[in-house]
Amino acid sequence: MNIAVCVKRIPKTAEADIFIEKDGKDIKKDNLVFHLNDWDSYAVREAVLLKEKHGGTVTVLSIGPEETKEVLTRCLAMGADKALMIQEPSVQDGRLIAKILAQTLKDESFDLILTGVQAEDDGYGQVGVSLSQLLGLPHAAIVNKIEITGDRAVVKRELEGGIEESVELKLPAVLTIQTGINEPKYVSLAAILEAEDKEMIEVPLEKIGFTLNEPTEGTVEQVFFPPVGKMAEILKGNPEEVVEKLTEILKKKKG
Amino acid sequence: MGDIFVLVEHRQGKIRDITYEMLGLGEKIFTQQGATLTALLLGKGVNSFAEDLATRAPKVLVIEDDQLENFNSLCYQRVLSSLISKYQPFLTLIGHTAFGMDLAPSLSVEMDLPMVTDCIGLSLEAKRLKGTRSIYGGKVNANISLKESKGYIATIRPGTFSPKIPGDKKGGIILEPSPLKEAVDAKKFLKYIEAPITGEDITQAEIIISVGQGIGGPEHIPMIEEVAKNLGGVVACSRPVVDRNWLPKERQVGISGKTVKPKVYIAVGISGAFQHVTAMQGSETIIAINKDPRAPIFGVADYGIVDDFQNVMPILKEKTKK
Repeated sequence: MNIAVCVKRIPKTAEADIFIEKDGKDIKKDNLVFHLNDWDSYAVREAVLLKEKHGGTVTVLSIGPEETKEVLTRCLAMGADKALMIQEPSVQDGRLIAKILAQTLKDESFDLILTGVQAEDDGYGQVGVSLSQLLGLPHAAIVNKIEITGDRAVVKRELEGGIEESVELKLPAVLTIQTGINEPKYVSLAAILEAEDKEMIEVPLEKIGFTLNEPTEGTVEQVFFPPVGKMAEILKGNPEEVVEKLTEILKKKKG
Repeated sequence: MGDIFVLVEHRQGKIRDITYEMLGLGEKIFTQQGATLTALLLGKGVNSFAEDLATRAPKVLVIEDDQLENFNSLCYQRVLSSLISKYQPFLTLIGHTAFGMDLAPSLSVEMDLPMVTDCIGLSLEAKRLKGTRSIYGGKVNANISLKESKGYIATIRPGTFSPKIPGDKKGGIILEPSPLKEAVDAKKFLKYIEAPITGEDITQAEIIISVGQGIGGPEHIPMIEEVAKNLGGVVACSRPVVDRNWLPKERQVGISGKTVKPKVYIAVGISGAFQHVTAMQGSETIIAINKDPRAPIFGVADYGIVDDFQNVMPILKEKTKK
């Protein structure tokens, strides 16, 4: 079973101070720490688990600036065999990303192509399912369980309200992977050092028929802080005072 | 301007709220510009749905087929691409849901229509569709302008727009032939799997302390359990806590978990992603404890404490001890 996993390097914004660039088209990223998109991390782990069960190889690929190699190395350390690195400093358009990925993958033979459901940063959730259409393969989005039997996969898709559905797909297929599908495994420093000896192939954009300034279907006109609606009344003081106020509120509201 | 298609989402015999929300959005923004709101209803034995939708939309297109009984993106895509080719709608609205996320991207590629996903706002400016999206974990919004096109697809965030309520006028119901000729084999719907009912039912609790990834690790949960017990409440959590197996799935508050409306909801170390917020914002009183003052949860909460929970919860534990 040969599996490709498409991954993305993204900035962590959860507990960071966010500033907007002067041109108003993105946030400032020089103060942020980057890492492997959480959804993609589950996808890589799932590919490695499937490889352990069914044999075969795991190839990871990503589009991004030079630093993207760091997340690809991490994927190799997680157990992937080979990495493809497509250098493109700025592409953000979901459709274009899917086209570049499709062009890179179309001549190779894979039984499964995995992506994360979405990226933590812009969260379009469109690359994996777009990719399936470009490659002419069936797909399932938001997958939280995969079972392979012969040339078929039975997968569970997560729906709203705690309900799931099971779907049967003919392989090869594209699956977008939901967080929680497996248990993440700790990646040791030794594994990362070892991963640096694994194969990392650079794929120049021109080689797959693209240039640096491809037309996009959408452009970011402006980013801005969400309008401040109702804001919480912040309880101020030292922890004792804050808890004192909190217990007063609780007494009142508990009824 | 021609039609605006709204794809009806239904599951297990019920039309889902996102459908009415998209009809509300379509009417509010586009009908004054001369568009006809058209509900697309795909299914099997869906007469009663069509009657309901006709009270909310001027036109309902119905496509009946055995293969449309349950959602299957491949079958849906075939029907939609044929309807879009026939009617050339200016815009097709699809829910940014488990159902829409499995369908809209491949449909947009097949029809070569520009698409913007997960919209919390939508407008038409100089003939281009513009979508507002919430990005970077809800910390920033972005306006995305799509290139000029004869048609667009947009997926809409659930719970964002006011639903269309039934009116007195009744729209026309038009039965369209199904374009599905042979059986679709590459993707098959098998069955629904309901969540098992076990353990604590958090939807019945009057007081909920909900923990997020921000608590750092499962070792802090017993302390939080104790506070919850002292207050007569239960512990729930956000999705990342379940993904990391710190708490079981049945404790999850969120779109893919449970929706709760307790008297008091205390969110501890929860940033406030919309998937979580949408399932707890009906709580009577919301209190958020988070060390990040910019966390979106403070925009939903009534009261906030900007501090590390470890500075606050142990004191609360002592204070609430009987």
